[in-house]
Amino acid sequence: MDLAAILISWFPFLVTGIIATLGLVLAALGIGFVIGLPAAIGQVYGSRPVAFLINIYIWFFRGLPLLVLLFLFYFGIFPLLGLGWVSPFLVGALVLGLHGGAYQAEIFRGALLSIGEGQMTAARSLGMSRSQAIRHVILPQALLIALPGWSNEYPTVLTDTSVCYAIGVAELLTRASVIVSTEYIAMPIYLACAGIYLVLNYVGIKGLHILEKRVSVPGFETGSD
Amino acid sequence: MTTDDTILRVEGLAKSFGTTEVLKEISFTVRKGETKVFIGPSGTGKSTLLRCINQLIIPDAGHVYLHGEEVTHAGARINHFRSKIGMVFQNFNLFDHMTAVRNVEIALMKVKGMKEDEAREKALFELRRVGMEDRADHYPAQLSGGQAQRVSIARALAMDPDVMLFDEPTSALDPELTGEVLEVIRGLARAGMTMLIVTHEMRFALSIADELLFMEHGTILERGAPGDLATSPTFERTRQFAGRFADL
Repeated sequence: MDLAAILISWFPFLVTGIIATLGLVLAALGIGFVIGLPAAIGQVYGSRPVAFLINIYIWFFRGLPLLVLLFLFYFGIFPLLGLGWVSPFLVGALVLGLHGGAYQAEIFRGALLSIGEGQMTAARSLGMSRSQAIRHVILPQALLIALPGWSNEYPTVLTDTSVCYAIGVAELLTRASVIVSTEYIAMPIYLACAGIYLVLNYVGIKGLHILEKRVSVPGFETGSD
Repeated sequence: MTTDDTILRVEGLAKSFGTTEVLKEISFTVRKGETKVFIGPSGTGKSTLLRCINQLIIPDAGHVYLHGEEVTHAGARINHFRSKIGMVFQNFNLFDHMTAVRNVEIALMKVKGMKEDEAREKALFELRRVGMEDRADHYPAQLSGGQAQRVSIARALAMDPDVMLFDEPTSALDPELTGEVLEVIRGLARAGMTMLIVTHEMRFALSIADELLFMEHGTILERGAPGDLATSPTFERTRQFAGRFADL
């Protein structure tokens, strides 16, 4: 069978694309977390100027289409800073991370605000400093509350990675397109590509549900099963 | 009374929220082992008074001294003073993501710098004191209100406070659960703990108080030994207030 032979011959090529896509997802979620969590803490507990700056960040990265952000960084900001040599993959990962961080900040902010005032009051009454109270009392609870909403970032970011096609990151969709334009068969290749996205999606969501169950604490049940 | 056994001194404490004067020049001293009970209608500043003592609410004027050291305007030292002033809240405010024993030991480790096993031992000892040792590994969501409040008392006691503040400790409890909490507080009184208690439980107030203080409109209107409540003219308004309670 011609088609099967073609698919098999391109398989290693596609797998490299899957690895690149997963790399983008992990980098984006990681960068998004590292930015989003402190941003949320700054919004809720920071001074007014700090909260203002964070709001601008969130407004900017949620207010622009992902594709526009990618072009802006890849063709604008990076070359202007003399960083035109940086690979599309790294630019894509950074932009996805900054973009996701803005959304994650909102997830964590909502979770932080849902913690009752009494938790901070009790921690302070025991002699904990404000930052100790945030670290040991408020944050762990906020993370438990945020997890189901945060899990939702995974499928969002996974599908968003395909936009990196536009700046030539050799991820799954880009590689599928290369096969299409080489072999002149579109439908089966894009179907295979779609199937791979769906499988990655399913596996990731399952994994996150297992994590949710693992860390679940009585009183913080998420009810996702 | 010598001044040596004064633990807490409150001088001219005042607090307004907007144009509402919640506390007007409140002054009193608390001796070691003494139990003062604050009663009075809701919204007369009793809870605000307790929170001004450990600076959870910053008073507009006045001073608080613990063992002669000024607690007000203490700056960063406030955490040191707060660790010596135990507080029990109406809604328990247990840390919801921690087991009972974790709740008790966390401040021992983070504030007092105890090692984990030392803190665990101390925490279990305090839980035993309030009869909650067998629930040490339960989360707050798995405890009844009375049990949760006993754990929160253990959490405050673990810091070895010089004085305990109780802010309506049984107000959020179903009536059948108040007894176990009041019994724990009685035990503390017998053990010589210095306590300030805000409560609406009149019978409990009368039985435990060394001094009864009736607050209304941000002032201490009447005060004296609970034994004088029935007869003394100093308690005229208090009697009127207390008369509304069926159990008297």
